[in-house]
Amino acid sequence: MKALVSVKRVVDYNVRIQVKPDGSGVVTDGVKMSMNPFDEIAMEEAVRLKEKGKITEIIAVTIGGAKCEETLRTALAFGADRAVHVKEEGDIQPLTAASALAAVFKKEDAQLFLLGKQAIDDDANQTGQMVAALLDLGQATFASKVDIDGSKITVTREVDAGLETLELDLPAIVTTDLRLNEPRYLKLPDIMKAKKKPLEAISFEALGVKPAAGLKTLKTTAPAKRSKGVMVKTVDELVTALKGKGLL
Amino acid sequence: MAKILVIGEISDGKLNAGTAKVLAAANAIGGEIVVALLGADVGAAAEGASKLAGVTKVLKVERPENAHILAATYAPQIVELSKGYSHVLFPGTAFGKDIAPRVAAKLGVQQVSDIMAVHSATSFDRPTYAGNAILTIEAPAEPAIVATIRLASFTAVEASGSAAIEAASTTATLPAHTRFVKLEAQKSERPDLQAASKVVSGGRALGSADNFKIIYSFADKIGAAVGASRAAVDSGYVPNDMQVGQTGKIIAPELYFAIGISGAIQHLAGIKDARTIVAINKDAEAPIFEIADYGLVGDLFSVVPELEAKV
Ligand SMILES: Cc1cc2nc3c(=O)[nH]c(=O)nc-3n(C[C@H](O)[C@H](O)[C@H](O)COP(=O)(O)OP(=O)(O)OC[C@H]3O[C@@H](n4cnc5c(N)ncnc54)[C@H](O)[C@@H]3O)c2cc1C
Repeated sequence: MKALVSVKRVVDYNVRIQVKPDGSGVVTDGVKMSMNPFDEIAMEEAVRLKEKGKITEIIAVTIGGAKCEETLRTALAFGADRAVHVKEEGDIQPLTAASALAAVFKKEDAQLFLLGKQAIDDDANQTGQMVAALLDLGQATFASKVDIDGSKITVTREVDAGLETLELDLPAIVTTDLRLNEPRYLKLPDIMKAKKKPLEAISFEALGVKPAAGLKTLKTTAPAKRSKGVMVKTVDELVTALKGKGLL
Repeated sequence: MAKILVIGEISDGKLNAGTAKVLAAANAIGGEIVVALLGADVGAAAEGASKLAGVTKVLKVERPENAHILAATYAPQIVELSKGYSHVLFPGTAFGKDIAPRVAAKLGVQQVSDIMAVHSATSFDRPTYAGNAILTIEAPAEPAIVATIRLASFTAVEASGSAAIEAASTTATLPAHTRFVKLEAQKSERPDLQAASKVVSGGRALGSADNFKIIYSFADKIGAAVGASRAAVDSGYVPNDMQVGQTGKIIAPELYFAIGISGAIQHLAGIKDARTIVAINKDAEAPIFEIADYGLVGDLFSVVPELEAKV
C-alpha cells in the first residue's frame, strides 16, 4: 500500500517575520527556509506506518520552484522512497495545489494521503480538505492518532470539544496536528542516502491541472503593535492596577 | 445585494456562541442573511439563531445522518443549500475549518480563511504567518465567496431579533466512507475558553498536571476560563482543547494571564486581541514581557497563590 505525503517549503518557524515597507509581501530573501512543521509530522507518521509494516512505499510530493527540491530531499532523508516535484513558480493557492495533489494521488494509485493541517506561511488550513472533496474521499483533519487496520483507518482528531475518533475506508485523506508524533532528527547518513533517491519532476500541464482563479492580495501589512506595558514589582501593585482598571 | 448563508455550529444541542460573531461579520458585509443549521434535531439551536440581530431566516436541515458532524456528509448538503447565495460563511473553529474547504472545492472556488475585517462584500483582511502579516485580499464574487470568520476579531451581535424558522430538506446522496466512532469531550464547569472574558493560562513552567491546580484554583477564584501553551499540552499537564495559539484556540478576553509561558510567536498569535495581558514569569528577559500590559518577574509557585489570596 502506497502513502503520499505532501511537503511545503516555508519560512522557518523561528524566523521573525518582516513585512516589506511597500506592502508587497514579507521579506523572504536571505531568510531561513524549512519544511513546514506539520508536514514533518506527516512525513514522520508515514515512516512509522511503514516501519510497522502498514504501508509499503512512501512518495513525497511538493509544488513549487526549483528550490523546493531541497524540501523533497529532506523528505527523502526522513524515509520517503521517492519524490515527485510539481515544478511550478508563482503564487499557488490551495484549490490549485489541491487539484495538482489530487492528480498525483490518482496517478500513483496511493491509498493514504498525509498532509500537514496547515502551512505556517499562509495559515490557510484548506488543502487536505480540498483534495478529499476533489477525489470524493473521506477526510480526517487535525489527527493526533492514526491506526490502519486492513482497508480501514481509525483517526483520533483534535476538535474544539476534545478528541473525536472517526473510522474511514481507504483510500483516505488525513491532515496532521501537532501531537500526532515528534519528528525524528535527521542523521547525516540518511541525508547522504537521500541524494541518490529518485526524484521526478512534473508540470501542471502534464497532470492536466488548470490553475483556479485566485484571491488577489491588494496589500500586506504588519499587525498593529501592542505597546510595551508596565512592570510591577509586587503582587499588591498588580492587584491595585487591575482593580483600578475594573478588571478584577 | 449580497445573500449570505451562515452555517451555524451546534455544541451540546445549543447554538455555539461563535455563530453570533459570524453574524457580526455577515452584518458588516450586509444583505439578506440566512442561518442554516444541520443536525438530527436542531430545534433549540434554531431558536437561538432566530434571535440573532440581522438574521432574516433560519433553516433547519434535519436528517438522521446529520446526528454527527462529518465534513464528508455536511459538505454536499451545504453545497446544495448554497445555490443562489453570494457568500457562505463558517465560524473559524475546528468545525468550520474542517468543512468550509470541502464546500469551496466542490464549488470550484478558493476559500478565504479567517476573515478578521470586512472592507466590502468582496474585500477582507486575513492573517498569515501566525498573525505577523495581514493580507488585504479581493475575492472573485462569482460563483460565490466561501469563508471562515476569525471569531476573536468580531463582537457577538445581540439576541434582539425574531427571524422565521423554516425546515429545509437536502437530497444529496451522502457517502458512507466516513463513520463517527466517539467523542471524548472534556466536561468542565469553568467558562468556555473561547467565550470567557477572563482567561488564565499556564505553561511548561507548571511542571506537572498536579501543579496545574495552582492555575485552576486561581482561575476559579476570579471566574476565569483556563488555557495553556502548547508545551503544557504536549507534556500532558492538560488536554488538547486548552491550547491557545496559532494552531490552538484564538481568543480575545478582556483579561489574560500568561503564567510561566515564555511568549513564543505561536502562542502570541492566539492572544493578540486580548484587551489586557498580564505576564508572570521568573525570567525578566522572557519575550512575553514585550507585549504584556502588566509584567511581574517572580516564581509562579509563590506569586500565584499570593495573587489568589489578594484578589
Ligand atoms: C508549527 C508550530 C505551531 C505551534 N503552535 C503553538 C500554539 O498554538 N500555542 C502555543 O502555545 N505554542 C505553539 N507552538 C510552540 C511554541 O513555539 C512554544 O514552544 C511554546 O509556546 C512554549 O510553551 P511555554 O511558553 O509554556 O514553554 P517555554 O517556552 O519552555 O517557557 C516556559 C517559561 O516559564 C518560565 N518559568 C519557568 N519556571 C518558572 C517559575 N517557577 N515561575 C515563573 N516562570 C517560570 C520560563 O522563564 C519560561 O519563560 C507551536 C510551535 C510550532 C513549531
